[in-house]
Amino acid sequence: MAEYEIDLGNLMAFDPHHSFSSPPSSREELVKESLEQGTKLVQAVADTLFILPSTEDPDGPIVTLPPPTTRLPREKPLPKPKPPTRWELFAKKKGIQKHKKDKVAFDEQTGTWKRRHGYDRVNDDKDVPIIEAKMNDEPGEDPFAKRREEKKKRVDKQEKNRLHNLKQAAKSGALPSHIQLAATALPITGSQAAPKKVGKDELQNVAGMAASATASGGKFDKKLPGEKPTKHEKKYRKFLPAAEGSGMSSLEKQQTEKVLNKLISKNSHEILNVEKAVTMYNVKEEKKRRSQKGKSFSSSSKLKPNKKSFKKMPKKGSSNKGKSK
Amino acid sequence: MMRIKTPTKKRIKRELDKRAPKLIETGKKTLILHGTKTSNVLNAVLAEIYHLKRDNAIKYTKKNDNVRPFESGGETSLEFFSLKTDCSLFVLGTHSKKRPNNLVLGRTYDHHLYDLVEVGVENFKSTESFSYDKKLAPHIGSKPLFAFIGEGFESVEELKHLKEVLLDLFRGEVVKNLNLAGIDRVYLCTAMSPTKVFFTQCAIRLKKSGTTVPRIELVEVGPSMDFVVRRHRLPDEGVKKQAMKTAPESTKKKEKNVKGDVIEGKVGKIYIPDQKVGSVPLPNRAKGVKRERREAKMNNEAHEPAEKKQKEDSD
Repeated sequence: MAEYEIDLGNLMAFDPHHSFSSPPSSREELVKESLEQGTKLVQAVADTLFILPSTEDPDGPIVTLPPPTTRLPREKPLPKPKPPTRWELFAKKKGIQKHKKDKVAFDEQTGTWKRRHGYDRVNDDKDVPIIEAKMNDEPGEDPFAKRREEKKKRVDKQEKNRLHNLKQAAKSGALPSHIQLAATALPITGSQAAPKKVGKDELQNVAGMAASATASGGKFDKKLPGEKPTKHEKKYRKFLPAAEGSGMSSLEKQQTEKVLNKLISKNSHEILNVEKAVTMYNVKEEKKRRSQKGKSFSSSSKLKPNKKSFKKMPKKGSSNKGKSK
Repeated sequence: MMRIKTPTKKRIKRELDKRAPKLIETGKKTLILHGTKTSNVLNAVLAEIYHLKRDNAIKYTKKNDNVRPFESGGETSLEFFSLKTDCSLFVLGTHSKKRPNNLVLGRTYDHHLYDLVEVGVENFKSTESFSYDKKLAPHIGSKPLFAFIGEGFESVEELKHLKEVLLDLFRGEVVKNLNLAGIDRVYLCTAMSPTKVFFTQCAIRLKKSGTTVPRIELVEVGPSMDFVVRRHRLPDEGVKKQAMKTAPESTKKKEKNVKGDVIEGKVGKIYIPDQKVGSVPLPNRAKGVKRERREAKMNNEAHEPAEKKQKEDSD
């Protein structure tokens, strides 16, 4: 019987000596022979497995497998060891040992056991009601504010140290996988001013300006997803149609009329606004008519004051002065 | 000026830590995807492989035109998918006239291509076509046994590579403790010729034998197919050396729940789980009690209490 190579860690059995003496006649033969050989191999593995010392369990006997002998490649590189932090170096130098802290500690202030971190904690700055004045205290100082400032300084120092430790770790490739270091500003090279962050509107303006510098005015440029369509800040010009009748409302006539009116009214010294005068007259006529109607219905003792108009009275009908053909 | 970016949710931090490189690695995940064109046979094969590796495999359903692992530029998509899904093994199925029913089995190291084996699938028989006693069906996620038969696996380069890749693909997690009652599947690979490998899955039936070791009986259960080895690419030497590096053995195990004092000596802590008072089933002596009671009642009606005294004496 040939020796099988058995890798218990992988539950694998390999028969390197078996060779098909004759090429298998048919598929069934091949399958049968494979199964036979396979059974022998699996039996060999089971032999070695069941001999191992086992512990009893309600589900069945549990054995401890040896580590696998066939070496397979890893899927990710080995993690690099973290460089020691600033505090760890200091502690090593001074010989400070790490002691495990309890979750609760005795609070001197209230005389009770409080939790060390979190809500209602030990030695909280909020709980100090009175701070006694010392001999070397200046008269204008606020000791509570001073405490708060000191705490802020401590927190900032800790943040700085943390950043430094992470940078050291990143340098040696051992940055923790959930942390990323992002640069907030470019390093200052020449001028003192920090580079300004360009806002969204500014960018849009600049992009619009660049687009309008093209031959087609940026109309057919490919837009990125999310980019707004180009703004048209100027007026849209209106051009007359090439062929049109010369009736009353022909556009050309209207256009030229407008221009001429403007010109003539500029050069004339009449301060009269003909249309406005006509409207005023018509309105007055309407009022008169209405009041006449009203007088026949109502009997008011009050006399209405006679308003005198100081404006130039228009001639009846519309004047022909401003009109042109 | 640097800013420390950490995920705002703890769940995301846990997910990121799961994907970080570890000293001792747990199971590799597999990515199963289609190439430009697949045949019916190949679709069935990919589905079967996915079922075999249900817990730690991801199957993509869309076809990917630009995945060509054997060409120099064609593996960028694969590497990206591997990075996104955190899978270090992949099975790519393509079908063309030149290479019908093609399967490319590949591995990645640090999300870059490590090695590839290309095989063609012939004579595929799916799990449904085998008839067997359903009680023997192997459970999903059970640790498989492997049986490699044939000298080809040692002498031929391609077959050696294929053996390694198949072992990696179907191995699952490396476990320290194994439940012997849970052994129910074995992958059988026979090297029929220097280019062909017959692959099948069998269920294990343990039969009583005289000794503690049970007698093994194999019943062909799962998919069976022929692998025709086509191309393969071995890993780069430098990368291989890096990937084969094992963790340094020097981490000493911390003994838990043990403290030592000069005065007290070695002191250990034992934690006892809560006693389940009330839910423990009492020994069922109700039948006996009932019978005794019934008999006592009957005897009581018939005889005097003197009978009872006799009974007590006999006890």
